[in-house]
Amino acid sequence: MTETSLPLRAVRRDKRRWLLIIGYSLLGLLIAMALFAPWVSPYDPNAQVMADRLLPPDSHHWFGTDGFGRDLLSRVIYGTRPTLLLVVFILLLTVPVGMTVGIAAGYLGGWVERILMRITDIFLSLPSLVIALAMVAVLGPSILNGALALALTSWPPFARQARAETQQLRRSDYLAAAKMQGIKGLPLMFGHLLPLCLPSAVVRAALSLGGIILSAAGLGFLGMGVQPPTAEWGSMVAEGGKVIFDQWWVAAAPGGAILLASLTFNFIGDGLRDRLDSRNDS
Amino acid sequence: MAVSASSSGRSMPIRRLVQRLAGNLFSLVITLLGLLAFTFTLSHLSPVDPVLQLVGDHATASTYAQVRHQLGLDHSLPVQFWHYLQQLAQGHLGVSQSTGQPVADDLLRTFPATFELATCALILGATCGIGLALASVWHPKSWIDHIARVISLLGYSVPVFWIGLLGLLLFYAGLHWSAGPGQLDDLYVYTLEPKTGLVIIDSWLSGDRQMFINALQHLWLPVVILGLLSMASITRLLRAALLEENSKEYVTLARAKGASRWRIVWHHLLPNTRGTLITVVMLSYVSLLEGAVLTESVFAWPGLGRYLTNALFASDMPAILGATLVIGSCFIIINALTDALVWLTDPRTR
Repeated sequence: MTETSLPLRAVRRDKRRWLLIIGYSLLGLLIAMALFAPWVSPYDPNAQVMADRLLPPDSHHWFGTDGFGRDLLSRVIYGTRPTLLLVVFILLLTVPVGMTVGIAAGYLGGWVERILMRITDIFLSLPSLVIALAMVAVLGPSILNGALALALTSWPPFARQARAETQQLRRSDYLAAAKMQGIKGLPLMFGHLLPLCLPSAVVRAALSLGGIILSAAGLGFLGMGVQPPTAEWGSMVAEGGKVIFDQWWVAAAPGGAILLASLTFNFIGDGLRDRLDSRNDS
Repeated sequence: MAVSASSSGRSMPIRRLVQRLAGNLFSLVITLLGLLAFTFTLSHLSPVDPVLQLVGDHATASTYAQVRHQLGLDHSLPVQFWHYLQQLAQGHLGVSQSTGQPVADDLLRTFPATFELATCALILGATCGIGLALASVWHPKSWIDHIARVISLLGYSVPVFWIGLLGLLLFYAGLHWSAGPGQLDDLYVYTLEPKTGLVIIDSWLSGDRQMFINALQHLWLPVVILGLLSMASITRLLRAALLEENSKEYVTLARAKGASRWRIVWHHLLPNTRGTLITVVMLSYVSLLEGAVLTESVFAWPGLGRYLTNALFASDMPAILGATLVIGSCFIIINALTDALVWLTDPRTR
C-alpha cells in the first residue's frame, strides 16, 4: 500500500522484531509464572502471618507484605493465573463467534450480511466495562462470568475484520478455483476462508488483549472479579488503595504487574501488525 | 485519493443528505433498543425475585400472584418489554434501594460531576495528543517522536486506577500540590450554591476566590490522569494516520514542488485525516466517560461512575441498570454523532 524505500523498510522491520522479541519473552515469562507458580513463589500466597503485616520490601519479602502479612511477590506471581485464564476464556469465546459472524456475513452477503453487521455494530457501540460490570453484578462475580461479560463486547472487531477480508477474498482466483472443484457452503467458509482470515485475527487478538486485561483488572478493582482470598491483581490494588499513603508497596506491586501484562500484548500486537502489513506490501 | 481540502464545499443534493441522516437516526434507534433489551434482560436474569422482595417469604400463593400481577410480571416478555419502554419514556428508572431516591434524580444529580471531569480531560488530552502527533510527523524519528511513542504505549497499557492511586500518593500525600479526593474541601462543600451543577463554574460564580482555587486544586489531578489516557489513544491513532498520509505520493510531489512543511501539514495532511481526527477525539470522549467509572472511585469524585460503583457494592439493581443505561446511551449517541460528522465533513466517505 504505502511506498517506503527498501532499506528504510528493512530498518523498520528490524525495530519491530525487537518489539516482538520483548513481547514474546514477557509472554513466556508470564506463562511460566502461571504454570510454575508453586515452585517459583517464595511463600504460600495465602499464608497469613499477622506478625509480618505491611512490611516494606526487603531481602525476605522483595515486594513487601500486605495487610494480612501475605508475601506480595508470591501473590503477584499467583495473580498471573486468573489473568491468563481469563485471557484464554475470552479468546475461546470471542474469536470463534467473531470469525463465524464475519465470514458468514462476508461470504453470504445480502440481507444476511446487513443483519449480522447491524448486530455487530450494536455490540461494538456498547461501553465494555460498564456492560461487564452490570452483567457480573447480576450473574455473580467469577472468572467465567467476567470472561463472558467482557467477551460480549469484545467479539465485534473480529467479525468486522473477518468480513472485510472475506469480501476481498470473494473475488480471488483461489476461491474461484475452490468453487470450480465444487466446494461450497460451510466447507468453503471454514476450510478455505477461515485459514486465510486467521492471521489477521491473531493480530487483532493481541491488539485487543492489552485493553481486555485492563478491563478485567478494573473489574477486580471494583470487587467484581475473582473473589478474595484468591490472588488477583485488580483486587490487590484495591486492597492496597486503602493503605496507599502509608504502605505504598501494597498497591504498587500488583499494579505494576497489570501494566506489564498489558504492555506484553501491546508489544506483540504492534510488532505483529507491522509484520503483517509489510507482508501485504511486498 | 489525493483530494485536497478545498473540495468539501461541493454541493450535496438535499435528498441524499436527508436519506443518509435518516439512516443514521434509524441505526441509532436500533442500537438504543439493543441496549434497552440488554438492561431489560439483565433485570430479568437478576437472582432477586422482585415479588418476594415486596411480599416477603411468608406470603400466601394468592398474595404472591396478586403482587405479581400488579407488577405486570404475568404478561408475556414482549409485553413486559413494551411496558418497560413506556416507563422509561416517562423517565421512570425505578427507585434506588441504597439512596431511597428515584434513580433518574440520582443520575441527574451526579451527571454534571462526570461531565466536568470528562470534558476537562478531553480538552487537555486532545490538545496534547494532537500536538504530540503533529510534532511526531513534523520531526519524524526525533526525540519528541520517540517520547510520543513511549507515552502513547504506556498510556495505553497502564491501569487508570493504579496510576490514580500513585498520583494521589505523590501529589497529595507527598508534595501537597493536589487537594486530594473529592471536588471541594469539606469546608466549602456545604457553602457552595449550586447553579449549573458544575462545581468549577459554580465556585467561580460564587465570587469566593479561595473556593475556586480549592476546586481547581481538587480537579487538576484526576483531569491530568484521565487526560493522559485520552492523550495516549489520540496520539497513537492520529500519529499512525498522519504518517500513512505523509508517505503518499502526492505529499512527495508537493514536497518536490517546494511546498513548506507547514503547508503540507496544514493544507494536505490535516484536512485529509480529519475523519480520523474527529473519530479519534470523539472515541476518546466516550472512553473517558467509561474511564471515569474507575477514576471516580479512586478520587471519591461524586459523579456517575462512583454512583455506579457504590450501587455495585450495595447490589442496588435499579441504580446499576439506570447508570448502565445512561452511560450506554451517551456512548451510542456520541458514536452516532461521530459517524454523521465524519460523513458530513469528509467528501470521500460519501
